[in-house]
Amino acid sequence: MGIKKENVTRRDFLVKSGTIAGGVFFASLLSPFKGVYATKEPEGDGVWYGIGIDIEKCIGCASCARACKNENDVPKEPFFFRNWVEQYTITNNEEIKVISPNGGIDGFTQTVPEKDIYKTFFVPKMCNHCEKSPCTQVCPVGASFESPEGLALVDQNYCIGCGYCVQACPYGCRYIHPDKGVVDKCTLCYHRLTKGLDPACMLACPTRARIYGNLRDKDSEISKFIRDNNCVVLKPQLNTGAKLYYNSLNQEVR
Amino acid sequence: MEKFESLYHALANLDGYIFPNEIVLNWDVLIVMYPYITGLVAGAFILASLNRVFNIEALKPTYVISLLTALSFMLVATMPLITHLGQPFRFYEMLITPHLTSAMAIFGFVYLWYLMVVLLLEIWFDYRYDMVIWSKEKKGFMRFIYKALTLWISDTSVASRKTDDKLGYFITVVGIPSAFLLHGYVGFIFGSIKANPWWSTVMMPVIFLFSAMVSGIALVMFIYMMINFIRKQKNDILCLDTIAKFLFYILIVDFALESLDQIHRIYEADESFDILKILVRGKLFFTFFIMQIGVGTLFPLATIGFFQFYKPKEHIRKIMYLIVSICVLVGIFYMRWNVVIGGQLFSKSFLGFTSYKADLAGGGSALLALLWFIVPFLILAFLLWLLPPWKKAPHVEHIE
Amino acid sequence: MPIQVKRLLMVFGLFIAIMAVLIYFLTPESWGEFGHYRGLALKEIADKEVKHVDVNETCAMCHDSISATFASGEHKSINCQNCHNVGYKHVEDPTKENIVKPEVTRDFCLRCHAKNPARPENYIKQVDAIEHNKDKVCINCHNPHKPWE
Ligand code: HEC
Ligand code: HEC
Ligand code: HEC
Ligand code: HEC
Repeated sequence: MGIKKENVTRRDFLVKSGTIAGGVFFASLLSPFKGVYATKEPEGDGVWYGIGIDIEKCIGCASCARACKNENDVPKEPFFFRNWVEQYTITNNEEIKVISPNGGIDGFTQTVPEKDIYKTFFVPKMCNHCEKSPCTQVCPVGASFESPEGLALVDQNYCIGCGYCVQACPYGCRYIHPDKGVVDKCTLCYHRLTKGLDPACMLACPTRARIYGNLRDKDSEISKFIRDNNCVVLKPQLNTGAKLYYNSLNQEVR
Repeated sequence: MEKFESLYHALANLDGYIFPNEIVLNWDVLIVMYPYITGLVAGAFILASLNRVFNIEALKPTYVISLLTALSFMLVATMPLITHLGQPFRFYEMLITPHLTSAMAIFGFVYLWYLMVVLLLEIWFDYRYDMVIWSKEKKGFMRFIYKALTLWISDTSVASRKTDDKLGYFITVVGIPSAFLLHGYVGFIFGSIKANPWWSTVMMPVIFLFSAMVSGIALVMFIYMMINFIRKQKNDILCLDTIAKFLFYILIVDFALESLDQIHRIYEADESFDILKILVRGKLFFTFFIMQIGVGTLFPLATIGFFQFYKPKEHIRKIMYLIVSICVLVGIFYMRWNVVIGGQLFSKSFLGFTSYKADLAGGGSALLALLWFIVPFLILAFLLWLLPPWKKAPHVEHIE
Repeated sequence: MPIQVKRLLMVFGLFIAIMAVLIYFLTPESWGEFGHYRGLALKEIADKEVKHVDVNETCAMCHDSISATFASGEHKSINCQNCHNVGYKHVEDPTKENIVKPEVTRDFCLRCHAKNPARPENYIKQVDAIEHNKDKVCINCHNPHKPWE
């Protein structure tokens, strides 16, 4: 009897643990954990934009910043930018100097003598159109939102101008429009994209240092750019899902 | 051009590099006012509940005063926010289409809950009987006002007063977590901004909560003494001593939490530490070390702490309590300042600083902020006239 | 139920009803079409005026000789509107007033060509901002549309 009973419990045990193990296994089949490369595009079809900037090609002419201001009626004062260019200079005694005179529009003059320069490069900055954008997350009224194309846009006829999104953007890409009292930011020239035109900054770039395209299409220019180059995004530790990829960016850049 | 004059000035005086869009300080002193005022509300309310729920009899004289204080500050609590908006007339959108992932949108509902369900109800239950009596005494328009305030209930039976008392007690019990929620939530508005290392800490709601209690208690202490001064009444020294004792305890907790936060920062020393160190030692030196810690924390701690061991003469204590309450109020204001303004003084590139002048975002905001601090006192004066606590009937327990 | 509770419930009921009515009437049309925002906003943003006309070929329709020289020169990768500012008005109604004919100072060319160690040599030729033919205007020797002409 005793032996039999023991057998039953063992079988019971096996069956039970089998069920549990099987259950866990099937559950994991249903929603297995997957690591995701950088950002993951949401379900759906149609374009989902990403941007690439090749630091090596940037000559720091700030044509992009200029074109953006002209195209989008950004106030001309040096406090309001949808995109701008910075020059990083790392000196031989490890100091980081960054300049961006009027967002680069006024032209760069290197103040560090050449013999003291360890390395120096330009970094064009613009909205990263993050996939998990902290700015649209905090908008209290839903005036800042992510469009189906993956662009972080602002509904200026609905925005209340609280400035919370300006605080939440880790990249400083938003500003309150001084005349309209609402927030303004890069739209990747949504009004041009929808008409089949390139964004103004991409059009103006004389060396084609900036590209954009459909991240869902694995053969698009941007997908190739990300695959073939050693690309990074800004502030990856904040997990914003930034979709602005820089080729050969230095880690000093923030 | 003139509009941007101060911005050009700031641009010329940059320290290091900041993103071009960061030269404009979007959240100015009005936004400093906002957590300050909500903090006063939450703190004053908690002092009231100390008396009601934990039955601390010595606090009795301040019970109604702290409720009315909380109410009058609560009524203007959102005004700094609204007047600061770029499009003030669109504020209603926050209630119509609230974005549920936004801390600020949810704050609208936390605010409404706290104002309507907690504060107004508690005061209503507390005054209902008195308002019925007053409505019978008064004539004409005032009579109508009191009638309307009682919602046309004219029951004055002891049983109905008992019900008032019971429900009021229930509301207070609900109110304590609500007050915590209210101000913890304000802390969360800042603490949840991961882009800003000066704000982004889980301690933020807790620190805001305790500093709120500190400031609220100090405010009630101040107002209590002021009311007695104006009405030429004697201060109840036992009551003041008790308030001061609570102020002392909570100040210790608050100081400990804040120190913990700073020590944690210093020890962890992550990528933002270098810039924050320069920020605190440089641009925030006066407001942080001298005003917030020195005037707002250490001096009150030392004074009241000393009184716990040695009690000098009554009138000396009274004067000291008055000074301490003002110091604490000033100190907590600077604590909010250091959070709100301090968090915007350094660049999110961690490479430089901008500077703040009160007129940077359109001259009037400092004046507006002052206005929103004065208005609650006017409301309070009105409330004290409408609902004078000293004319209330004795508490229901005492008539049995 | 005590009368107080009854009356209060009435007041709260009234309040919630008013809120509901307000929400019903104030929620903008097309709300929630794609997400928690006004669907119309997309259209409004898309309808903004395009200011940079597309490509250099648009200018070539009328300025064929300049465009031809331009296309054979080193500056061919640059958009005309980089130097001439936006051309949407000019293309519709070509006058001198609505297009910029840049006044060439040295800085005009030097914003791209000044020597700067950050500029990649293989993408842009650079000259010393001060030393290269000191005090002379660049277009005395270089044609802006075809630098080596
Ligand atoms: C529809 C034909 C047309 C197109 C397209 C056109 N232009 Fe013109 N453009 C003209 C005419 C005609 C004039 C001469 C106007 C006059 O003399 O009053 C002119 C003049 C100019 C001038 C000289 C202005 C001055 O002050 O002397 C510039 C520069 C110019 N165009 C640039 C451009 C650019 C850049 C584009 C492309 C974006 C362009 N144009 C497209 C017809 C055109
Ligand atoms: C590198 C900057 C640059 C670019 C790119 C450029 N231009 Fe010009 N363009 C100039 C300058 C500078 C002048 C004025 C020359 C002068 O003052 O003599 C000018 C003058 C002109 C004029 C007026 C000529 C005259 O005699 O009045 C026309 C037309 C013109 N450009 C058309 C074009 C067109 C079309 C394109 C594109 C295919 C183009 N430009 C691209 C710099 C540029
Ligand atoms: C928007 C930036 C820009 C502006 C403004 C500009 N250029 Fe250029 N320039 C370029 C680029 C890009 C090239 C092509 C370099 C290459 O392909 O190697 C170039 C090429 C040249 C070259 C030929 C260099 C070579 O041998 O390859 C000369 C000379 C030149 N530019 C002169 C000028 C002059 C003079 C002006 C002012 C009228 C001017 N540039 C304005 C961007 C600019
Ligand atoms: C006096 C006539 C003259 C003037 C004025 C002049 N250049 Fe040149 N430039 C030349 C000649 C000649 C060369 C070729 C020889 C050389 O490399 O110095 C040249 C070469 C260049 C090159 C190519 C350099 C290389 O490494 O291949 C650039 C770029 C250039 N110039 C830009 C400019 C700019 C920008 C200005 C105005 C600030 C300017 N030039 C003014 C005559 C001139």
